[in-house]
Amino acid sequence: MLKGRLGNLVFQAIALALAFGVVSLILISLDASPMDAYKNMFVGSVGSVRKIAEVLVAFVPLLLVTAGLLVTFSAGLWNIGVEGQVVLGAIATTWVFRYFLESALPPALIITLAILGGMLGGALWASLTGILKTFGGVNEIFGGLGLNFVSTALTIYLIFGPWKRPGVASMSGTVPFPDQFSLPQLTDLRISPWALGIALIAVVIVYFLLQGTYFGLKLKAVGRNFRAAYLLGIPTWQYSLYSFLICGALAGAAGAVQVAAVYHRLIPSISSGYGYMGLMVAMLINYQALWAVPVAFFFAALNIGSIQLPILMKLDSSLSGVLQGILVLSVLLVAGARQKFTKKA
Amino acid sequence: MNIELKHINKHFGKVHANKSIDLLIASGTIQGILGENGAGKSTLMKILSGFIQADPGSEIILDGKPVTIDSPADAIRFGVGMLHQDPLDFPPMRALDNFLLGLPGKLFPNRKEVIQDFSLLAREFDFSIDPESYVDSLTVGERQQLEIMRLLFLGARVFILDEPTTGISAIQKEKLFATLKKLPEQAITVIFVSHKLEDVESLCDHVAVLRAGELVGEFKPPYSTQKFVETMFGKMVTLGERQSAVGGGDTTLSLDNISIEDVRLKINHVDLDVKAGEVIGLAGMEGSGQDLFMRACAGLMRTVGGTIRLKGQDLSGKPYHAFKKAGVNFLPAARLEEGLVPGLSLTDHFVLAEQPTGVFIDRAAGQKLAEDRIASFNIRGTPLSTVESLSGGNQQRAELALLQSPLSLVLLEHPTRGLDIESVIYIWGKLKERCRQGASIIFISSDLDEILQYSDRILVFFSGKVSAPIDAGKTTVAQLGQLIGGKGWAEMGGINA
Repeated sequence: MLKGRLGNLVFQAIALALAFGVVSLILISLDASPMDAYKNMFVGSVGSVRKIAEVLVAFVPLLLVTAGLLVTFSAGLWNIGVEGQVVLGAIATTWVFRYFLESALPPALIITLAILGGMLGGALWASLTGILKTFGGVNEIFGGLGLNFVSTALTIYLIFGPWKRPGVASMSGTVPFPDQFSLPQLTDLRISPWALGIALIAVVIVYFLLQGTYFGLKLKAVGRNFRAAYLLGIPTWQYSLYSFLICGALAGAAGAVQVAAVYHRLIPSISSGYGYMGLMVAMLINYQALWAVPVAFFFAALNIGSIQLPILMKLDSSLSGVLQGILVLSVLLVAGARQKFTKKA
Repeated sequence: MNIELKHINKHFGKVHANKSIDLLIASGTIQGILGENGAGKSTLMKILSGFIQADPGSEIILDGKPVTIDSPADAIRFGVGMLHQDPLDFPPMRALDNFLLGLPGKLFPNRKEVIQDFSLLAREFDFSIDPESYVDSLTVGERQQLEIMRLLFLGARVFILDEPTTGISAIQKEKLFATLKKLPEQAITVIFVSHKLEDVESLCDHVAVLRAGELVGEFKPPYSTQKFVETMFGKMVTLGERQSAVGGGDTTLSLDNISIEDVRLKINHVDLDVKAGEVIGLAGMEGSGQDLFMRACAGLMRTVGGTIRLKGQDLSGKPYHAFKKAGVNFLPAARLEEGLVPGLSLTDHFVLAEQPTGVFIDRAAGQKLAEDRIASFNIRGTPLSTVESLSGGNQQRAELALLQSPLSLVLLEHPTRGLDIESVIYIWGKLKERCRQGASIIFISSDLDEILQYSDRILVFFSGKVSAPIDAGKTTVAQLGQLIGGKGWAEMGGINA
């Protein structure tokens, strides 16, 4: 009876209730009212147009990263290195902007080149993980994790070394780019409709790639049974590499948006943890590309909403991270329990 | 130690692996257990050594006391130790550390003391293993010796050996046998599981033969090989009139002096020409080299010498994809591990097997393709069924339905293992159809009746030796059984080894 779509919904609801229940217990143990906290987070994220715009600013890179991760997940790969791929996208975009700083080319063209450069940077960085896995036998989890540290170090090196501000280098990043290098934003709001468009188009493309193309079907075969896919005549390691390239390009686009539409410079924490958060979203939605949109929005809203907590309730804003983490765990837990339960029945 | 097994039953789902086995093994004897693959030998031994538990009602009595053995550690406590076919040791550790593992109760073992015991035991059996050497530097034979010493040290009074002579040299085998013959003097009981008739004959005081989960015979010396073979393989069951070769077509596969090797086995200098429409059966105990041979024919394993030609095209050293392109299809035995992709539907599989080159999936064409295949291969499932939801027989049909057209060579591992007779006949009907279309077939089976029934010629494998092709119409289960057990090779002549 608890099968099919209805069953799915029931179990997702149980997981959601479980997550909020645990977080409520944590809040109660801190002498804070859970209802107040949730209300503040809600109002703080979708209470006004300005707040919604803030949520969308976080939503765009998160959605791009999630879309990319859907591709590597389909190929059966744990692309932990996605965080570093976001960083390298940002670095490559910064490099392109710096290169054209004095150029007379139209800004629109430069911005386009910068975003494409970011995608290329992310893809190349991802291909390192792929090559390490395919030819070096290094598991992509370890390779990716290692490269994440390298990417952080590289950012710091650039900010304090070759790209430092004239005079004194600072943690606040490189010199901000001139206004014409910014993706056009809505008046008075920080969100760029262009960035939003790029992210939505990316997720739609990934959806069709996975659902409607031979490429996607072969990728899934490789992900679910590498050996059988090989025997069926699919060039397996090539497809693994392709999936890394696609995911890296989308993560790189997220990094590019961070530079071109949000910070307008390279800062040390340019990826803002969107890579890791994307991994959570991708796990949560379990291959279903279209769910990426609402779930990524929800996660972004939690992030923005939790900013209100220290101001209004003297709680730390990391509560959103706690809630996100527990939510993923409880969904996985409920799925595991369900499997055991239905197997026995 | 006296061992009494009473009404041992074991079901795995619907499979009845041990059928009410009663066996008495006297203290201080060497008991042989013979049987072909899947006869239930390993199941019985795993029950005795605690790896699996028998069905309720089964009884194990050691020295008159009924016992319940719940785990291998339990078994050792009762004095039952097992030597596995692949030694269960820890290669990256020192011999001594392996020895210490499993010693109960001691947080800080006294290494000095243990080294002394180790040397004492080694001297007693004339083993020369350096306790400080790393296990991965030892040969399989030495690792066995280490295991024997370890089990003795742990106080084992019953030794179970599962196919211990696979992968060790003749000298090491002699040493092993000499060691084993010493054990009964100390009232230790040895159970020797094997399919090698010669080994069993030269070593064992008693022999029990299992077939299809049943104890079908017990023997004492002097042994008769003929009798063993008959008991192991049973009476010939006819699957109907043998069909003869479809006809002498052109040569499809031509093997010229090929050699293959992996860490365990070496196959040297095999020559074989296979004609279009011909069926070649590969017989032999599992792991005798037939699997390597087949993977070499599929391009999944590089040969170390010789040439492989397919319809005149030299494919030696080419990758699998080149073989596939040239018209070779390989269907592995492990259906859900190697052959099919769990989670994907039948339609997905058929679409992928057609090697599509476009961008967008043509759903309507895929649906139609799947409906056609499902109907013509009589698969019980819908185009949207995932492969893991199908029964074994239907998975096998689905694998067959993945074969491309046209084909020159079809390679099959255990094409009908675990299937009911109806499915077997159906699947062979489909395969013979392929033969009429000019494909050659090479298949591995552990079912000798199937080999005799459907092959035109047979190759027998034994420890990497390959027989000359045997005309299936002129041989018998008895002769094949002897060859599989490693007997009668000298008389055969013309051996490919």
